[in-house]
This record gives sequence, structure tokens and C-alpha cells, in this order.
Amino acid sequence: MKILLIFSVLPLCAAFLIALLGRWFKHWGEILASLTTLALLISSLYCAKLVGIHKILVYKVSGWMPPLGICLVADGLASFMLVTVNLIVFLSLIYAISYMNKYTDKWKFYSLFMIMLAGLNGVIISGDLFNMYVFLEAASISGYCLVAFGTEAQDLEASFKYAIMGSLASVFILLGIVLLYSYVSTLNMADISLELLSKPRGMLVGFVSVLFLTGFCLKSALVPFHAWLPDAHSSAPTPVSAVLSGVFIKAVGIYALARVFLNVIGIYRNLLFILMVLGAASMIIGAFLAIAQKDIKRMFAYSSISQVGYIILALGIGTPLACLGAVFHLFNHAVFKSLLFLNAGAIEYSTGTRDLSRLGGLNNKMPVTSYTSLIGSMSISGVPPFSGFWSKLVIILAACQAGRFGFAFIAAVVSIITLVYYLKFIKFTFLGSSDKTPMPIKDIHFTMKFSMITLAIICIIAGVLLIPSNRQFLQGASDSLLSGRAYADAVFGALK
Amino acid sequence: MSAYFLCFVLFCIGLYAILRKRNIIKIIVGLVIIEYAVNLLVILIGYRFQGRAPILAKDQVILNMVDPLPQALVMTTIIIGFSVLVVLISLAIRIYEKYGTFDITKIRRLRA
Repeated sequence: MKILLIFSVLPLCAAFLIALLGRWFKHWGEILASLTTLALLISSLYCAKLVGIHKILVYKVSGWMPPLGICLVADGLASFMLVTVNLIVFLSLIYAISYMNKYTDKWKFYSLFMIMLAGLNGVIISGDLFNMYVFLEAASISGYCLVAFGTEAQDLEASFKYAIMGSLASVFILLGIVLLYSYVSTLNMADISLELLSKPRGMLVGFVSVLFLTGFCLKSALVPFHAWLPDAHSSAPTPVSAVLSGVFIKAVGIYALARVFLNVIGIYRNLLFILMVLGAASMIIGAFLAIAQKDIKRMFAYSSISQVGYIILALGIGTPLACLGAVFHLFNHAVFKSLLFLNAGAIEYSTGTRDLSRLGGLNNKMPVTSYTSLIGSMSISGVPPFSGFWSKLVIILAACQAGRFGFAFIAAVVSIITLVYYLKFIKFTFLGSSDKTPMPIKDIHFTMKFSMITLAIICIIAGVLLIPSNRQFLQGASDSLLSGRAYADAVFGALK
Repeated sequence: MSAYFLCFVLFCIGLYAILRKRNIIKIIVGLVIIEYAVNLLVILIGYRFQGRAPILAKDQVILNMVDPLPQALVMTTIIIGFSVLVVLISLAIRIYEKYGTFDITKIRRLRA
């Protein structure tokens, strides 16, 4: 199954070629990067189709048989994540082509962006714990550089904070991997899972679980560990914010957490409860902090913390319906949060400010941004025909079904608070008088409009993924979450 | 056993530096100390009492050999630690150019 190899090799080659030749040829970076991401989007869709037929794809790197060699694995969850990541990255890159004109040395941006994409894809398809750590670090380091890409004072400060927190998280994850290795003497995820079954469940596995939980929660910015996220995501250039908030924290945080706990170490009751509490705390605190923000991107960043809480809460409930809700909300949040960040970038591009108190009356002047923001805002606050409503409904229903009425109530209330601060965003930006708005309003380019309109259309129609006849895409992902230890048997079965 | 304990002490010193120090450079040094503590732990895990390098040759009988995999892992983590260090140091230099100080309590323009 060679197709798995291109997901990390192709962007790495592109990054190398851009860095090699970008200095001399104008537009080389844009062309190569957008072609690469388009190719990856198409192959991720093809990979999802293959996974639909074969259930699981396994590739042995350079022919070494696992557990001795490294293997790449794409099951339902991984192919679902690949489609999400490559879709958002492709649209953000199309947006970046005209947005990044205000920066110098654009080829460096495209090169770093490709390394980040290689890291994200690598984390998703890796079947080896240490290999996953290496890809995670590749994605994170290019993330720190991209946050500081503007090299303004604020960007550097945010990037430094992010880099320290992110590296600390990586150290915890590495420590967990090493201690787990000392216990089971293997690094292949499927093999670890089998070894752990045959050994008594000692204190060490509990300690390793805590290390992994700390590391991945720092990476996905759940509430006690969230301090770096609003700074980093609001200071980065807009296409990077869209990718960081849309897919980065999900791929290196939630996906890795779910994979390690559900499929490798195995989940137990206390851990599920911890996940639920962390999720609920993130939802509430993120939402309340978002209300008070004046900077548009900062508000969206706090909103990300709150929405990631929904996904973690649903994972913590752990019933089949809740897992379906978790993966569906993950997809929806990737789509509408990157749409909203791209809108914030368009507003900043046209008017030169992101401050809510200095904006107003943009409704007539920027129709495309205005309507797509409205769709994104309604979708994220869970207004019925849009995608966000369906995923939140599934999560709340799952919480009720599992008898967790308190958490269901919190989820419903936070949804209303979300509506409040998105209405605030719409009112202060697009409605009212345009007296205070800095005047000549620049027109946004076609490529920026294309990305925003495509994401808005996905927001409207994503609800059809839940219809039983179309549900295979989401069902495959939630099935591989629920299969638990059967992951190991599936991997070794596919190798034979 | 005492080696593991000293490794843990090193880890705690690094964590203390990150949490308590105000100077950016000292925070970076703390992070490096933590990374070295983890690297040391990786090597210790691969160590076997009176073990030797696992090089197989025809006329040699190896009774006790160290685990070679952690040593390979440590090479990778050292390189990763190095690249993180380079990014952090260059950020620190640019921050000093912008703010004129290394004190993190004075570097807070983001706070709204």
C-alpha cells in the first residue's frame, strides 16, 4: 500500500525544492505548494475510498516486518483525519497565495508550511510510537517558526511562549514513550497493545498514562494548559492560524491522545471521567473568556478551546453515539473554525484592524466575507440547518443516553454562550454604522474568496454526512475508536 | 538505582528553572537540562549490568549485551533537542532586539 508513503514524503520533497529554488524563481513556492496540497487532497480521498473497501491499510517501510520495522497504518480514523487535514491545508494555502503578499521572503513560509503538513500527516499515519513523536516534533517546530513569521514584537513573544510550552509537552510525551518501552521492549503500537495484554497492569502503566495525558493536553490546549493558545493562534499569519486552530491541535493533540489511549494503552473508567471533566472545564472557561475579548482572532482562539472541549467530552463519554459525535464535531470544527479565521484575516486585510471597537458597518462593503462569517458563526453556535447543530445534537443526545445529564446541560448552555459571543462579533463588525472603520477598504482577492466560499458551502452541507446512507466516512472513524485493542489484531492481520 | 534518582533530580532542576526563572536565557537552559535528563534516562534504560556492545561476529560469544535501540533513539532526540534550541535562541535574540530586555515580566505586550 504505497499510497501511505506519499503523505509525508511528498510535502517533505516539496519543502526541500521550495527552499532550494524559491529564492530565485518568483511564484515557485506558490505553484509547487498548491500543486502538492492538491495532490495530497486527492490522494487522501482515494485513501479514504481504499480504507472503505479494505478496512485497514498497512505499509512496511523498506520492507522490514513489524515489530522490528516501522509501519504506516491507515484505518478508518486515520483516513478520516487525513481527509480533514489535507482539505483544510489546501484551502488555507489557496488563501495564502494573495494574503501573504504583505510579507517578505514568502518562499520560506511555503517551505515551513510543507514541513508542518508532512509532520501532521506523519503523526496521523504512523504506526510506531517513537516515529509519531518525531513527526510531532517536526510539525511543532515548524509551527513555532510559522507563529513568529511576521517577526513583530507580539509574534515573537507568542512564539516563545508556545515554543517553551510545546517543548515541555514533547518532553513529557518522550518520557512516557521511553518508560513504556522499558516495560514492553517494543515501540510498535500494535505490538505494545498485545504485550500490555499479556503483562500484569502495574503502577508504571498508570504513570505513563499521566505523562501522556499531560503532554497531549498541553498540545491540544485543554483548560489548565491553555495559556499559550490565544497568543499563538492570534499572532500567527492568518492561513497559519486557520491550520493551527483548525487541524493542528486536533492532529497532534486529540488524535494522538485518542490513538494512544483507546488503541494502545487501553482506556479505563477513571481516565474517561478525567477526560469528561477536562472537556467540560475547557468548554465553560473557554466560552466565558471568549466573551470578553476585543480582538477578533483572540476571540476565535478562545472559542477553539471551548469547542475542543466538546470533542474531549464526547470522547470521555465513550459510547458509540458519543464517538460518532466526537469525530463529526472534529470535522465540523476544523471547517468552521478555519473559515472564521480566514474571515478575520480578510477583515484585517481590508481594513487593517482586528479590533472590534474600531469596526462596524462592513455588511455592504464586504458582502462575501459578511455572508460567509454569518454562515460560520451560525454553524459554530449550533443553529439548526448548519453542520455544527447536528454534531452538538449528537453529543448532547449521547450524554443523555449515557445518563450524564449534568454534562448534557453544560453542553447545551455553552452552546448558547457561543451564540452570544458570535452575535457580538457579527454585530460589531458587519452591522451598525461604518463611521469608525478605517476608510479606504481594500478589495479581497479571488483566491481568498474561493477558500471562504468553499468552506462555507461545506459548513452548509456537512450535515448530510450523518444520513445513514452517507455515514460510512464518519462511521469508519468512530468504529476504529471503539474497536480498542482489536486495532492490534487488525494491523497484524493486514500484514499477513 | 542511584543513577535513576540523580536523573530525576536533574529533571526537577530543569523544571524549576522553567517555572521560576525570569530570564529568557535561563528558561532555555532549563529546557535543555530537562532534555538531557530524559536522554540520560533513555541510555540508562538500555543499560545492562556488565553488558557490551551488541556487535555480532563469527568468533565471538556475547553473553550480556546492552539494548542498542535506546542509543539509536537518543541520537534522534538529541537532534530534535538541538533544533528546538536553535529556534528558541534565535527567538530570544529577536526578542532582545525588540524589547531590549531578557526579563519575561517586562515582555508582555500581548496582555490586552
